[in-house]
Amino acid sequence: MNNLNRLPRLLGQTKRHCFRKIVYARNASTLIVADHDNKALLPSTLNTITAAKKLGGDVTCLVAGSKCGPAVEELSKVGGIGKILVAENEAYEGFLAEVMAPLIFASQQQFGFSHIAGSATAVGKNILPRVAALLDVSPISDITDIQSEDTFVRLIYAGNAVTTIKSNDKVKIFTVRGTSFEASPLDGGEAQQENAPEADTGNPFSEFINQELSKSDRPELTSAGVVISGGRGMKNGENFELLYSLADKLGAAVGASRAAVDAGFVPNDMQIGQTGKVVAPELYIAVGISGAIQHLAGMKDSKVIVAINKDPEAPIFQVSDYGLVQDLFKAVPELTEKL
Amino acid sequence: MASKLRVLVGCKRVIDYAVKIRVKPDKTGVVTDGVKHSMNPFDEIAVEEAVRMKEKGIAEEIIALSCGPPKSEETLRTALAMGMDRAIHVVVDEKDTSTLEPLAVAKLFAKIADEEKPDIILLGKQAIDDDCNQTAQILSTLLNWSQATFASAIEPSDGQLKITREIDGGLENISVKLPAVISADLRLNEPRYATLPNIMKAKKKKLDKKNPQDLGVDVSPRIEILSVEDPPVRQAGIKIESVDDLLGKLKEHGFA
Repeated sequence: MNNLNRLPRLLGQTKRHCFRKIVYARNASTLIVADHDNKALLPSTLNTITAAKKLGGDVTCLVAGSKCGPAVEELSKVGGIGKILVAENEAYEGFLAEVMAPLIFASQQQFGFSHIAGSATAVGKNILPRVAALLDVSPISDITDIQSEDTFVRLIYAGNAVTTIKSNDKVKIFTVRGTSFEASPLDGGEAQQENAPEADTGNPFSEFINQELSKSDRPELTSAGVVISGGRGMKNGENFELLYSLADKLGAAVGASRAAVDAGFVPNDMQIGQTGKVVAPELYIAVGISGAIQHLAGMKDSKVIVAINKDPEAPIFQVSDYGLVQDLFKAVPELTEKL
Repeated sequence: MASKLRVLVGCKRVIDYAVKIRVKPDKTGVVTDGVKHSMNPFDEIAVEEAVRMKEKGIAEEIIALSCGPPKSEETLRTALAMGMDRAIHVVVDEKDTSTLEPLAVAKLFAKIADEEKPDIILLGKQAIDDDCNQTAQILSTLLNWSQATFASAIEPSDGQLKITREIDGGLENISVKLPAVISADLRLNEPRYATLPNIMKAKKKKLDKKNPQDLGVDVSPRIEILSVEDPPVRQAGIKIESVDDLLGKLKEHGFA
């Protein structure tokens, strides 16, 4: 493929150069692309670090952003990380894939990592396949387990099949499903910090304009211990107040089904399911959600599932530990009151 | 936009989203014979967006492209019936379909893009069978084009495109130069249904066939599938009668 042979050269290196160190590597050495928002490290990174430790070998974290301090500080507390590479530059504002990928590529070339991992978040999903293309390897998305240096487990068909796959590429590039790995504890950190290799930060392709973030004081959805979600049965956005009241009693995050998002009840970042967020809390309470395959894909690894639905035939009852067949407009306020 | 754009849209034939899939007893894959297939839902959204671009006069020609087995022709006919002008089918052997990776598909798309010179390539953000979410990102890298993933709005502005992206915490706005590869998220639009007259007309539209060998692309897999199995089954739960019973159960588990 002409384009592909040309790409590493465009970035200043030959293809042979970028694989040379790998040939001699005996152990895994993993580069983790840290997920942060220039204010804090995102919890998903701690899950990804746990996954990387499973591979054995050295673990290096790359922090790139317009302000790396907070993330570097937190990462330096995490045990088992050998090195933290820091790339602070305004060009990394918004973590645009076209700037992030060459930096990760340059880091790989300098250190010859055998594995490159990121969290299966919107940022990781956007960037990692691009890095894979630069290295001409087939990336592996959203892994749920690691069996060996080259063998991984992931889900396909909305979580209705589990596949074990072996990568025959020289460098393994993958994203990690956070809910499948514990968070690495913040103790015993002794990582060395150093500047990441120089990479071209010129970006003739795209420009970050701004973000419109949903404001919430409740716990973050993907890491919350308790999640309450509403579906089409909530009827409108105002009725979600019922769930917020219950959530405040339980210290829970609030999510939604696609139907509730599409109907405009709540913003899209609350969607749980195959194409939204994947959660696996201790307790998941599904309210007015029928339980379509696509929704179950995002929550069926929850420890305890409670369903409140007036339709006794709703598929959600096939996965729920406790099913209450009742009108949610009666049951939810009663539950909130009695808690 | 200075001149009218050419838009190439990716369409994948997948097992219909409503089908409850079955894993093969020999653990080599899922049962696909005699199972209803249709266009990947995210690709329907990409097709709809291209058709709307043409209706608004932004796009001049809109071309549907699928890399898949002979039956993918049905998927392309659906895209044509929704309003695409013509279609290209890169015919992949039936036996190679289940191991066709996004990397290979992106390479095939890149070759077609070299020939067709589109300004925009629109793809769905992920296929609902392999759930990879990779093809658009790989393709834009191979072509050295702008990348805009998980788009929920696309607006032309000053010769560029303003893209609203769905991110974990909400929405993000970026601006991308053309040419660009864009992947569609669910909220981009509501795809239309093909009407019967349009389905009839679609049968007459041009559909070119190519194959990976002629395009010089090696589609052999980099990843070996060792096994495909059923996920662990959840223990059947119980139905409870009242909020008080539910409260009792929550207390039992230490949640209340």
